[in-house]
Amino acid sequence: MKMRHVLAGFGVLVLAAGLAACSGGSGDSSGGDAFAGKITGTITVLTNRTDIVNTTFKKYAKEFEKAYPGTNVKFEAITNYEQDVTTRLGSGNAGDVALIPTAVGRAQLPQFFEPLGSEASVSKTYRFVANQSYNGKAYGIPTYGSTMGFVYNKDVWKQAGITALPKTPSEFLDDLKQIKSKTSATPYYTNYHDQWPLSQWNGDSGLTNNVDAVNDLNTNKAPWSGKTYVNISDSLLFDIVHDGLSEVDPTTTAWESSKGYLAQGQIATMYLGSWAITQMQDAATKAGKSADSIGYMPFPYQVKGTYYAALAPDYLQGVTKASKNKPTAYAWANWFAKKSGYADLNGGVGATVGSKNPATLNNFAKLGVKYVEQAPAPKGKENLQNQIMKESQIDLSGGIYRQKLVDVARGAASGTKASYFASLNQAWGQAVADNAG
Amino acid sequence: MPLVLLITFTYYPVGNMIWYSFTDWDGIDQTKNFVGLNNYIQLFTRPQYFQVFTVSLYYFAASFVQMAIALYFATLLSFRTRFKNFFKGIIFFPYLINGVAIGLIFLFFFRPGGTLDATLVALGLGKMGHFPLWLGNPGWVNISLAGASVWRYTGLNFVLFLGAIQSIPSEAYEAADIDGANSWQKFRYLIVPGIRRIISLSMILAIAGSLSVFELPYIITGGANGSGTFVTTTVQQAFVFQRVGFASAMAVMLTIVVLLITWIQRKLVPDDDVALS
Repeated sequence: MKMRHVLAGFGVLVLAAGLAACSGGSGDSSGGDAFAGKITGTITVLTNRTDIVNTTFKKYAKEFEKAYPGTNVKFEAITNYEQDVTTRLGSGNAGDVALIPTAVGRAQLPQFFEPLGSEASVSKTYRFVANQSYNGKAYGIPTYGSTMGFVYNKDVWKQAGITALPKTPSEFLDDLKQIKSKTSATPYYTNYHDQWPLSQWNGDSGLTNNVDAVNDLNTNKAPWSGKTYVNISDSLLFDIVHDGLSEVDPTTTAWESSKGYLAQGQIATMYLGSWAITQMQDAATKAGKSADSIGYMPFPYQVKGTYYAALAPDYLQGVTKASKNKPTAYAWANWFAKKSGYADLNGGVGATVGSKNPATLNNFAKLGVKYVEQAPAPKGKENLQNQIMKESQIDLSGGIYRQKLVDVARGAASGTKASYFASLNQAWGQAVADNAG
Repeated sequence: MPLVLLITFTYYPVGNMIWYSFTDWDGIDQTKNFVGLNNYIQLFTRPQYFQVFTVSLYYFAASFVQMAIALYFATLLSFRTRFKNFFKGIIFFPYLINGVAIGLIFLFFFRPGGTLDATLVALGLGKMGHFPLWLGNPGWVNISLAGASVWRYTGLNFVLFLGAIQSIPSEAYEAADIDGANSWQKFRYLIVPGIRRIISLSMILAIAGSLSVFELPYIITGGANGSGTFVTTTVQQAFVFQRVGFASAMAVMLTIVVLLITWIQRKLVPDDDVALS
């Protein structure tokens, strides 16, 4: 009998919560006064770093609490960050500080996050602010930035007799072929099974030295042709797989073990953001090798003799609209970007304007690689590319269509490079045409 | 009280889902725009969403294998057998394991040079390196996954059948013995009619199950390499492409299809009362 009552109460509670979720969060409290109060009390910070939340992040919290006595920072680490937090934002239950999920469109930012000031003024202190700004207001403070390139095992490349880094996609393919014939390593590893590593192939929007490379796709009815960055990078991926230079069975790969394989020389190369370098170096040290055995090279493509690489932020931190302690939350986001050393930890480019590039990118500096930051989508078109992706069913920023690309390339799905790229162009072009105007 | 639970956890969410299916909701935005039948029109005019139903045929075929195995063991173990309970336990055990764990087990099982290859080599059925890629080969991937599904769900069918067989009164068997019936005759004329109702229930579960396969392909292949089912596609639409409205329309469609097939099946095979004569 007692049990019944308990259950009844529970049911009602859930129902009420559901209703609250639908009605909550309306109303607009504009103005920067939200951060004017005293910095004290407890805040909850959401993070995707489940691996270091109980170690490094505990240290960060202590340092912050020392700098601002009377505060108390709690963390909540979420494995499936992107999806979980996107859902939780809708119910106003996403802590005080959250990394802004990429699923939140820029036009939706005012619904869930507190404006931090005008875009122009916040940009004076921080990089990448434009990525999470809307209507001239900034909503996020960056944590760190990354560039794109190929992580490779120097020993394997040397063993194959390669001395100079490739400058064109075909040189790169030749190098991989040489690795295949002269060593026992898998020349390239796609990490197909985990899907997101394939999304990295969308990363180098900077390689053609065009700040509007991403925006241009919104009007290009055939991006998989000519010298667009998607055509250049997806072509290289296709050719690598088609020439048999990648792993035998892509469907059973595993990201965590791939780090060890690369460190031990069973894998020669992987295409990843520069955040991966420190993780690979750790894997190398664990395997008893030197961290120096991990190299990082830019995408094999040059414009007039110069390499260009994209520079893009990782998640930006925002203060949630539902937060009850906005002054402290704001102080945390600022402190984290300026003082925590989180960028160095990730081998990332610092969040503040004028911060020095990390040592992991020394090789890029030596090669004279120039960095290109993409211009954010123009006003009124913030959501356009998302819409085109939805309608064309080509998840440019994800891995689904690239899994198909790998399948076509290895002969597991019907079609050729020409026919698959033509079908991509057809779908994308249709969506572009439908959304024009 | 049960009504409250039913409304809270079934009717209210289903009602919401039907409402979402008429909107363009992306899963987070606070406004949901009504788009009428737009989602349904898209669903029906783009054949790619229905093509995935062909994948269900693999699982449907596998469910017959599964029922045959389950029926065989249920019959066998309902008679006197050595280590009866031990075998019952073994057959039912896979059903108790968490689906995610099973997905991971089979991911390793199907790897090149993995458990399956090693077992085949040990049995002398081939040489290492000469096996197909169980998941990588588009001709094998659905067969492999359906095989994993058989392994997982045979236990459930088995328990259903076993329970039904044991509910047949022992006098019936004694009478059959006196009449000199052999094992096959007992199976054919006593057990099968006796558990007809359970067999027809299993059929409905098999059809509904094969249309809505999700866990195994989602965890093992993520729906890649032509192994995507209707439900993995739905989840992809909702959470990768952020088309919660459209995905809701897909879910509503699936519900209707399952109801329809169940209704047809009940019309074709009416569920009369069974009398053992």
